[in-house]
This record gives sequence, C-alpha cells and structure tokens, in this order.
Amino acid sequence: MESLAIYAPRLVTTKEYLASGHRACSGCGEVLAVRLTCKALGRNVIIVNATGCMEIVSSQLPYTSWEVPWIHTLFENTAAVASGIEAGIKVLSRKGGYSQKTKVVAMAGDGGTMDIGLQALSGALERGHNFIYICYDNEAYMNTGIQRSSATPFGASTTTSPAGKISIGQTSWKKNMPAIAAAHDIPYVATACTSYPFDLMNKVKKAMKVEGPAYIHVLSVCPTGWRLPSDLTIKAGRLAVETGVFPLYEIEAGKYTLNFDFPQLRPVEDYLKLQGRFRHLSKEVVAQIQERVKAEYAKLKRKVIQGS
Amino acid sequence: MATKRIGMEGSFAIAEAVKLANADVVAAYPITPQTHIVERLAELVANGELNAEYIPVESEHSAMSACLGSSAVGARTFTATAGQGLELMHEVLYVASSLRLPIVMTVANRALSGPLSVWGDHSDVMATRDCGWIQIFAENVQQVFDLVLCAFHIAEDPSVLFPTMVHVDGFHLSHVIESLYLLEQEEVDKFLPKYHHPYALNPDKPVTIGAFGPPNIYTETKKPQDIALRASKKVILQVWRKFSELTGRYYSPVESYKAKDADVLLLVMGSFSETAMMAIDKMREEGQKVGLIRLRLWRPFPFDEFRQAVAQAQLLIVLDRALSFGGPTGPVCSEIQAALYPLETRPKIISFVGGLGGRDISVPTFEDIIRRGMAKAKQGRLDELEMIEVRE
Repeated sequence: MESLAIYAPRLVTTKEYLASGHRACSGCGEVLAVRLTCKALGRNVIIVNATGCMEIVSSQLPYTSWEVPWIHTLFENTAAVASGIEAGIKVLSRKGGYSQKTKVVAMAGDGGTMDIGLQALSGALERGHNFIYICYDNEAYMNTGIQRSSATPFGASTTTSPAGKISIGQTSWKKNMPAIAAAHDIPYVATACTSYPFDLMNKVKKAMKVEGPAYIHVLSVCPTGWRLPSDLTIKAGRLAVETGVFPLYEIEAGKYTLNFDFPQLRPVEDYLKLQGRFRHLSKEVVAQIQERVKAEYAKLKRKVIQGS
Repeated sequence: MATKRIGMEGSFAIAEAVKLANADVVAAYPITPQTHIVERLAELVANGELNAEYIPVESEHSAMSACLGSSAVGARTFTATAGQGLELMHEVLYVASSLRLPIVMTVANRALSGPLSVWGDHSDVMATRDCGWIQIFAENVQQVFDLVLCAFHIAEDPSVLFPTMVHVDGFHLSHVIESLYLLEQEEVDKFLPKYHHPYALNPDKPVTIGAFGPPNIYTETKKPQDIALRASKKVILQVWRKFSELTGRYYSPVESYKAKDADVLLLVMGSFSETAMMAIDKMREEGQKVGLIRLRLWRPFPFDEFRQAVAQAQLLIVLDRALSFGGPTGPVCSEIQAALYPLETRPKIISFVGGLGGRDISVPTFEDIIRRGMAKAKQGRLDELEMIEVRE
C-alpha cells in the first residue's frame, strides 16, 4: 500500500522546505503546489527555478524562502541549467567528489515551459537527463500582469488577449504540453492539480523514483489572473478536473492511466462561471468549449483503454 | 617539463589543455570555426581519455546555461563557441559572471551576420565587452594551449571566481597547425589546484543562488562585482608568473615588441600581431623608430600596464577588427582613448579598422597603416575613423 492517497493525511511530513513569509498573492494555487511538491521531494534535492512568480515571491535579496539548495538564473533555460547540474553530479560522483543521490528538480511556469523555455526543455528531455521537470501552469504570464501564453485557454480574457467588441479573448486552444513531453518517449509524464494534494504528492514521489526525465504538469489556480475570489482556489481546481477541462492522468512508459474518471462530466459552465476571465463569453462560445472538452476527454479515454 | 615539440592544430591544443585540466563537464553546441575544439573533446570523452560529461546541448543558450548548472554544483566546466553562438549566449554570460561561476570558454572569434560570415574578426568579442568575464587574447597555438590552462587557474581562484574567455581568432588560430610544447599530466596536476566553489549547490548546506535584487540592493551587488573583477588582475599576474616558473613562457597583460624606444606604436589584438611584428622588423631595418603593443588582457582592462607601455610614444595607431556602428572610432580605440585621456602627456591616437570577416592583413598593409597613421598625425587628422582596403 504505497499510495499516499490512503494514509496520506497522517503520512505527510510536517517539515516545510518552502518557508513561510514569501510574497505570493493570497489564495495562490502555485505556491501551495510548490509547498506540497517540496514535502514530497524531501531534503535531498537541488531545485532549479525559472524566472516567474515563484522566483519572485520566494527569493527577494537578502531573503530566501528556500530550505533546500535552489538556483534561479533566467527565464527560458531552466531545463538546460538542470541538465548541467545533473551532469555535474554524475561526473563528480564518478570521480569521488559528490556522495549523495540528489534529485534535480526543474520548476517553471507555463510561459517558461511551453513558450520561451520549450526548446531547452525538449533538448533536456531528448538527452535523457535524470531529472524532474514540473510546470506550474497558471495559464498566462501572471508575474508580468496576466498576458496570454500558449497555455491560456480558449476564450479567456487576458491583458494581451483582451475580450473586446470584436474579440472573445484568447482565440487559440491551450497547447497540449503533456503530449509534447510524452512525444519525447520519456519514462514518466503526469498531470496534477493543487486541489488533489495527495495525488500531486504521489506523482512527485513516483517521479523521484524514475531513472531519466519525468514531466509533471500542475494546474495552478491563480485567483489574481483568473479573476476569482481567493477562497475559491481549491474549488476551481476541483471543477477543472470534474468538468474534464483538466483531467488528471499519468503516462508511464507510454501507458495512459486516468487517475480520476467521472461517469458523467460536469458542464464546463460550472467551471467557467466562477472566473472573471470568462465572464464575457456567449452561450455559443461556451457550447463550443463544451464540445472541445468532450472530444478531448474522449480522445484521452481512448488512449487509456488502448493502453497507449 | 615536456621538451618535445610537436605540431598540432589550435583547436586540438585547446582540447589537450582541457583534457590536462581534467575538466568535469563540457557543454557545447557546434558552430564554425569552433567545431574542431568540441569534436576533439567529444572524442576524448568517448575514448575514456577525459573523464567528463559531454552535454551535446541544442543551442548555445543552453550550452552556457548547462555550464551555469555544472559549475554551480562544483564541477570544472568548459565550453567553446564563436560569433553568433556567443551572441545567443549573451544574456547568460552576465549571469555567469554575476553568480561568480568560473566557467572557462574559448571563443573562436568570428564576424557577425549579416551578411553571414563564418570567418574571423572581433565583432563577437566587442559585443560582449561588458559582460563581466575575464577576457584574454591569444596570438599563436602555443599561447592558446598555455592560456586555456591558465584560465582554469585564474577563474577558479577563491578570490576571483569569475568566468574567463580565451579569445582565439577563428581559422587563423583555431584551424592552423603550429608547433608547440605540451605539458605532462603530473606537471599540470601540480600547477592547477582542484576546483572548489565555496557556495556550491549541495543538500547538506542549502544555499539560494540567483535571488532577485530590487532597487534597494541591486547597486550593492554590482559594486563589489566590479571591484572583484578589477582585483582579479593581481591573481592573473600571479598565475602567469607561476606558469612561467613551470614553462619559461611568460605572459603579461600588455605585451610589447620593439616598443621601448619607439616614437610610433601600433596596437593590435590576437593573431595579427605576428604579421604586424614582421612589418615592424622591416621598418626598423629602414631606420624607423616603430614598435608594437599587443593587448593580451582585455578585461579587466590593464590601465597601469597599458599607460606605462605607451608613455614614451608620440603616436599610437590602433587597429580594430570590429566596427562600432555610428560610434567615435573602433571599439578598442575608444577604450584606448578613454584610458589615456586623463593623462597630461599622452601620444596622439589614430584609429584604423580592418581585417573584418576573415580578410587578411599582409605585412605591406601593416607598413602602410603605420605610414598613413604617421602622415595623418602630422596633418592633425586625429578624429578620422578609417577602414582600410575597402573597394569602392
């Protein structure tokens, strides 16, 4: 019975590796996800953080929230820096200059992963470095003021995809980043969400055991950017999963598993109506989103049934 | 000391120095004319002759980024690039120096696009002038080998901890085969201390590297960085002295050739100096009091040594191998002018630009540069930037 889901509440360590006093917005889903991730990772890690919300809220000189070794350099190079650390540990271990089995964990937002950092990430996955890459996806460039990214969902209004008289907001569908990661034939890919904390920690623990690259895509609810009351973070995450907008699944050596399946998905409207970024959407556009979510969910389920 | 003199290509000599330095990580992306360096290193790793991790990254941006990671975890780190590759690394270079990560890099100097040119000049160097790295120029294959080896010692010194570039003219040095003396492994082991970064990433002693600096602290991080880079000259001199004790080959920040009693000095950087020396020899035979200054240490700029080297001259002619579009003179000449301006007595300065995009400068052309420089000085035409041998 290894699954954290059963014993989880009692098994979760009270030790914090991300100290309090950071500067995240109230109700930040991302900082909660990182805190839980760190609990699952434990102390024997080196964290590489991209420029973005997490870096800014946790590292203002001369303070730090990090109780594990942590490095931030730039926006788009996180996977490459992680490659160097992993290679450095490997060779130093071989030559007797490093004596621990430390896991290298790269963390970035959706922009740092899916837009500007995609090349570096693809390179690191392809080369097969032994590391975990976690994308904390809050579906826009929140740190710079809610600009659209390739993770922004269709119809969402952001500061660079504003809804207007002749625009519905974002006009492209969210890039399927887990599928891109999986296309590199890496051993482990998973999606997770803060609203399912034990599932998230389970997946991090699984990724720790993987030899080679592991990719986890965490939907991180952002009350500030999603125009959502900060006490609804957990609820919004749950609705993202229950409506099928953001299904939780794993791809282990190519095999798909759906972690939470629902005989009947809730209507996407339940999820959309909570959030100001979708406030302007017409019934027709909501119906269009519903169709798309249904089709994507069915596609995912076919992969689960087929096994790959 | 190894006394056997052997023939070797510049790129292979660099790889040999990296091997003897027992580098831990090489992360590189291929670009002409740097390719032979990294090919040779990959081969050395593949054959088990160099116990290192070779990371075949997908871009120069990632090459330098991977270097940040490996250096931060305490691994001796090397990379090489050229031209566009150096430009793609640009923002990462500043991080390497600000985080005090002693990465060693050779740059096979190459012109910048466009038009595309794989051939040598110093446009790439000049664009990275202010990135906070120690920057050293080599003039021949022996120097390439020596200076790369010394670069690890300088960069990794606990009081320095700055990344270091060794500039090697693309093709003219990277691809030329010359004779040189190598060193034995035992000699290098005695010369080069082990790399130990005082704040390496390690779970036993967690550190935060790369925190952000708001306005109330950013300046306070920059001033010590500048002071430390300037202070690194002391260590550079020490390391080169130690190296001369081992090999008998002595390096200094500013080197001269027949300059002592010269009224007229020509200043060049990199591999062109040896051709320039031939021109100086010829003009000396004709009775002209001319000499040559070679700027070896580009950063930190060796103000004292430079001012001393040109103190007696009437005229200083500077040859730049890069353009500063719309600027006052060539980029090196601008620095020279700035370095000499505060002095009460200083030589007149004449600026030439040439040798762009791999174009050779011959002995007669160097003579011509010196003669024309002298004539222009006499006519008082000091504010002209002249590009030599341009077909119009």
